[in-house]
Amino acid sequence: MIEHLIPVLIGTLAAATPLIFAGLGELVAEKSGVINLGVEGMMLIGAVAGFGAALHWGLVAGFIAGALAGALAALPFALLTLSLGANQAASGLALTIFGSGLSAFVGQYLVSESLPGLQPWPIPGLSAIPVIGPIFFNQTVVVYLSYAAAIIVTWVLAKTRWGLVLRAVGESPEAAHTIGYPVTAIRYGAVCFGGAMAGIAGAYLSTVYTPLWVQNMTAGRGWIAVALVVFATWKPLRLLLGAYLFGGMTILQLHAQGLGVDLPSQLLSAIPYVATIVVLVLISRDRNLLLLNLPASLGKPFIPGG
Amino acid sequence: MLIPPPPAHPRPVPAGEPRLQLINISKRYPGVLANDQVSLYVMPGEIHAVLGENGAGKSTLMKIIYGAVQADSGQIQWNGREVSVANPAAARELGIGMVFQHFQLFETLSVTENIALALPPDTDLKELATRVRTVSEKYGLPLDPDRLVHALSVGERQRVEIVRSLLQNPQLLILDEPTSVLTPQAVRKLFETLRKLASEGVSILYISHKLHEIQELCDRATVMRGGRVTGGADPKQESTASLARMMIGRELPVCQAPDYAGEVKPVLEINRINRPKDDPFGISLQDISLTVYSGEVVGIAGISGNGQAELLAALSGETTGRADSVRIAGQPVGHLHAGQRRDRGLTFVPEERLGRGAVPSMSLTQNAMLTAHRQPGLSRYGLLDFKAARDFALRCIERFDVRCNGPQSAARSLSGGNLQKFIVGREIMQAPKVMIVSQPTWGVDVGASATLRQTLVDLSREGVGVLVISEELEELFEICDRIAVLAGGRLSEATPKDETNAEKIGLLMAGPAATAPV
Repeated sequence: MIEHLIPVLIGTLAAATPLIFAGLGELVAEKSGVINLGVEGMMLIGAVAGFGAALHWGLVAGFIAGALAGALAALPFALLTLSLGANQAASGLALTIFGSGLSAFVGQYLVSESLPGLQPWPIPGLSAIPVIGPIFFNQTVVVYLSYAAAIIVTWVLAKTRWGLVLRAVGESPEAAHTIGYPVTAIRYGAVCFGGAMAGIAGAYLSTVYTPLWVQNMTAGRGWIAVALVVFATWKPLRLLLGAYLFGGMTILQLHAQGLGVDLPSQLLSAIPYVATIVVLVLISRDRNLLLLNLPASLGKPFIPGG
Repeated sequence: MLIPPPPAHPRPVPAGEPRLQLINISKRYPGVLANDQVSLYVMPGEIHAVLGENGAGKSTLMKIIYGAVQADSGQIQWNGREVSVANPAAARELGIGMVFQHFQLFETLSVTENIALALPPDTDLKELATRVRTVSEKYGLPLDPDRLVHALSVGERQRVEIVRSLLQNPQLLILDEPTSVLTPQAVRKLFETLRKLASEGVSILYISHKLHEIQELCDRATVMRGGRVTGGADPKQESTASLARMMIGRELPVCQAPDYAGEVKPVLEINRINRPKDDPFGISLQDISLTVYSGEVVGIAGISGNGQAELLAALSGETTGRADSVRIAGQPVGHLHAGQRRDRGLTFVPEERLGRGAVPSMSLTQNAMLTAHRQPGLSRYGLLDFKAARDFALRCIERFDVRCNGPQSAARSLSGGNLQKFIVGREIMQAPKVMIVSQPTWGVDVGASATLRQTLVDLSREGVGVLVISEELEELFEICDRIAVLAGGRLSEATPKDETNAEKIGLLMAGPAATAPV
């Protein structure tokens, strides 16, 4: 039995990786008090930029280009919401629509291209552990980086001065400003980090996961990442669990389609989205947990001295 | 304007160079000159009061010293050198600490984390926790460094602010209305701490409008009115009346409370309200019972955050419960929502004037209609009669002396005092059986406060039951016939005013030792 499950679980980790990057980025932005609904758009921009760069200069360049493009895409959003006090929800939606259009426009020249992808790189020693080894330690380098990213974000938020200041800004920008922190600059940084992480997530999809460019290839993963952050009550490790749940359901329904389960494929494709949301709603029902971790200023514009 | 010369003094102000000297500071906001050529100086180790009403310009002046606001003109000298304080970080570097009236704390962070945020970035958190403990014990401000701020009482939160300032080794500590949230006992503790600090050479700027506190604590006072310095004084040499004259420019009005001769019957009965808190920052109400009779003013004392918001919601009808948990004139209304309770003779003035008491952008006429639409003549066949509404608003403006440009003025264009007079007036004109008022004079100038207090007493003497929830003990002792205390979600028995005093009420306000140690 377990032998049959292992391929599913290996696939799960790969499928969850873009959600982890995008989700961690959004989590950091939200911890600073900014909700950016443009994740889907930033992922698409990162995907197309990453794919283009990888075609010419290789995979590493692809990821760097994806991160830069994502951060760049987040800048106009930051300008509108942080400097000009525009509504965050509306600006984020605009960014998603913009990213979808721009990536389709730029990507029309890349549609027929393809990349070799990336071979798994088993970690010596660890990958030999039965069951756990092949699932967790016989993956591509990018998957390992997603573990590292989750651990680093958790550590920075909980243990470092940077994390403390970031949480303080999200909790009460007024108080942070009064004590003397540059609230707007810190939020710019958090939003751009979120954009870069979404860009990396997109680049992973187009250069490693598929690996080719298709219009709107993120298929709602950006939205799932935004939902994961809320349902994970802004805790990175819970976000990881949510991402694996989604990844697992994605792979399972693919297998189900492959085995010819007698259900319309559209319905099966919808299952991961529904299942993830339902499970996360159930586990995040604890209102106290939600309120204690919710950045109190989330979504509210802050103009210093205004 | 010349700097007032130091007056004759019982505790000599140390001679030498002033620690801080302000020379002709001016600051203009659109439409108002907040500070007009303000000058003052503070000596090392001096406790200096800045006395003035709301809107006198005290807070603006302190923000200028602390670098949160920049002055348009004038000079700041620090230990004899001219300085410019560009931002709060620069002020802290000079050695200026500030304890804000509205605490600048982060609820979901721990005490240590809150304090670390105001210290240099290389501060080690573990070592800081030890320092917090040491400093807080030395100055009689006990604090647990690991607790989260949202779980602290208001008094404890203030301690966090003070300890945070002290750890920066300030030479000047500014306290903005620090006692507005403290029990009388906690005020005494605070004064001990401040005197100890002053004896160590720290200068203290003490901002307040409470005359007796300033007389008890301060060496010297600068009085402000309308943005200007109107006098300097030795508060211990002056009488309360003479200080008040300097502060408001005339005698302090006194409230008249005649005996009530009419029929006494219960108009508001609160019968065992129990309500678990519905968020982690809230308070559970436990077994709250109280009866308000016609012809009396009953006060509920206590520091905000002890269940006031929850109790008001349960009384106004924003939250509902058992039918017999609230009765108005004998009728059970506990299960009814706010509008239905109003139909039965309840009126209600919430604490937040802009946002709950009135819609800021709407005209006074429209705001009057929000609650008065149920009055006969103001609506017909379900349609509002705006001519009648305008007349209603106009009558309210005239009767309660609301200073404005007529009923078409937007609510937000009125000063706090005038808007409050309008809202209270609107509710009174609906001929209530019971009127509930929360923080009736919060942020209202002295003149309007006196009018409002008198209005509430007069209303009760017409046979209405008035329930006032307030943080200001003096106010409650001025207008109430009976006073109860809400602490930690429990309500004490309402005691006739003559049988209690500020001391006893203060002990009840501190509540069970666990939630608010004094």
